[in-house]
Amino acid sequence: MSAENGISRRTALMKLGVFFNGVVGVFLAVPIVRYLLSPVTREKKFGYESWLSLGGLEQFPTGQTRLATYRNPLVNDWDGETGNIACWVRRVDDQTFQIFAVNCAHLGCPVRWFPQSNLFMCPCHGGAYYQDGSRASGPPERGLFQYRYQIENGQLLIKAGEMPTPGQPVANKAGGKPTCA
Amino acid sequence: MRLIQKVGDWFDLRLQLGTPIRETAEHPVPRETASWFYVFGSAALTCFMLQLVTGILLALIYVPSAGEAWDSLQTLNHGVALGWFIRALHGWGSNFMVAMVLIHMVQVFLFGAYKFPRELTWIAGVFLLLLTLGMAFTGQVLRFDQDAYWGLGIGASIASRVPVIGPWTVNLMLGGPIIAGATLSRFFALHVFVVPGLLITFVGLHLLMVLKLGINEWPMPGRIVRRSTYMQEYHELTHTQGVPFVPNAVWKDIFFSGFILLAIAVCAVHFGPFGPGGQPDPTIIQTAPRPDFFFLWLYALLSFLPPAAETPILLTGPAVGILVLLALPFVAGEGEKSWKRRPIAVLTVLMIAVALGTLTQLAEHTPWSPIMDAWSREPIPPQYIHGRTALEREGALVFQAKQCHNCHSLNGQGGQRGPSLDAVALRLTEDQLIRQVIQGGGNMPAYGKNLSPAETTAVVAFLETLHPANQKPARNASQTVVLGEGEVPPR
Repeated sequence: MSAENGISRRTALMKLGVFFNGVVGVFLAVPIVRYLLSPVTREKKFGYESWLSLGGLEQFPTGQTRLATYRNPLVNDWDGETGNIACWVRRVDDQTFQIFAVNCAHLGCPVRWFPQSNLFMCPCHGGAYYQDGSRASGPPERGLFQYRYQIENGQLLIKAGEMPTPGQPVANKAGGKPTCA
Repeated sequence: MRLIQKVGDWFDLRLQLGTPIRETAEHPVPRETASWFYVFGSAALTCFMLQLVTGILLALIYVPSAGEAWDSLQTLNHGVALGWFIRALHGWGSNFMVAMVLIHMVQVFLFGAYKFPRELTWIAGVFLLLLTLGMAFTGQVLRFDQDAYWGLGIGASIASRVPVIGPWTVNLMLGGPIIAGATLSRFFALHVFVVPGLLITFVGLHLLMVLKLGINEWPMPGRIVRRSTYMQEYHELTHTQGVPFVPNAVWKDIFFSGFILLAIAVCAVHFGPFGPGGQPDPTIIQTAPRPDFFFLWLYALLSFLPPAAETPILLTGPAVGILVLLALPFVAGEGEKSWKRRPIAVLTVLMIAVALGTLTQLAEHTPWSPIMDAWSREPIPPQYIHGRTALEREGALVFQAKQCHNCHSLNGQGGQRGPSLDAVALRLTEDQLIRQVIQGGGNMPAYGKNLSPAETTAVVAFLETLHPANQKPARNASQTVVLGEGEVPPR
């Protein structure tokens, strides 16, 4: 066997070794990537959102807008108070509600309700909304995000579980006019 | 002494580091670079090392759990001996590190240090800037209070605007559907493992290149960088009139670093640690979230961008900015280094500095935000009510009760979202005032549905009184002519 052959055989073995590591690497990479993408893939199958109760209808007098809170359906033990989410409930009439996310449609800061002037105001960049959630002024491009709701056995149920953001298809579907379940 | 020498020799035989260290320390640098202008890079490195040490010290106590992080910060501030001081050092160290990195960047830009052959050193530096800002943002999240919580919400809102993959990006960033434990855990991993690891790597590369290529010489007007001749010229510069780095140049680095450390410590003692602010409880909505100092300019910018332009600018702006910085050494890799002959470079730096400074200054006052409690806190100035009719005073009451004061100031008190109304009667006639109140417009909500006709009449009557005593309020001259009211102007 010539020296040249010897080198090429060892080179070939080295290349085979690199290839072998590459194959093992792919085997490892697939579960790692799936692990990393789990917030997007695994849990999405079941969906983040579910119906949950905001309490009895009597808590929400007709013609008023009140802050309600709920525990997010998907939480871990160590989430603490971050698992508690607030929303604005406006009772238009006996059976008609509007449930707004507190998150401003501009960049998500918590909007405050001013019953005297019937406006929601955002403390961050000065967005303002009318009582029906439509945009009044400021940088937001749209009205407040709205949750879907239904009334069951005197309880107000909303479909919630995910923080609404401007890019979300769900958020855009529910925005605008009041939706009835 | 002979024993020390022996021990030293024993180690050097095995490590063989003595010669390379000596050569590194004594490598010649151009004489003029032993200057106070060349100390900012080493000061940034000193800040980074302080951050490593104080960061590890904080990690001894801090709990990266959404339910407990805030409590552990309180324990650090109040329950652990000098925990507040370590937090303060880490917080102020962060501010100083960003400042040093920025000053260093301006200095090497104005001194043309990014030109051939130091293009890659500059590029590594751009990544170091981004990583430093990444540390500043993720660090703000670890101070898990209301600002951190809603700051994450702002980040998620921006991320969600990316076309197609936006919502996935949000889930990936938050580690789930909402800001919660998983979010804090991943920002902890970024702040403590990923970004520092990258920082250390890039600092190593950056320093290696500074040593291999030599420190940028003091730029002389007219000394032009050419790829064909530069290496030779630099070699001559260092070997004919160079001085050893240690001690001729390094003593200024050492003194400045010491001064910066002292400044950080003084700030830490005097101003104390940053926060934490209110608890990160999303049901507490009485909050006005603000970012930390070095992101204030962005906060201001986000309130000024027109709604339609906001998403495209938010998504492409950072990419364009980074690309410009990365492309700089390739576009201007040769030529004049001295800032005295690069007016556009100097103007660019000044413009960016003025823009960032102005935006930061504005963000300190947030004139675009309604002052949420002005309607109940700021009184109507007495001189605006004194001697007024009942209707006008009723209008002042409406003005307060309907939160007009949140956006409009009177006598310097109140919000600045809308124009000050101290002399509004000079600008708008009665009809125009009624129209503006009812229909809104020009960034003002329409109050037509929120005010009764009586309230509108009252508030307009009040606004009509708001003019200097010696100036008459605005009037519609044509109305006077057509309706024959008041005195008719002579033809």
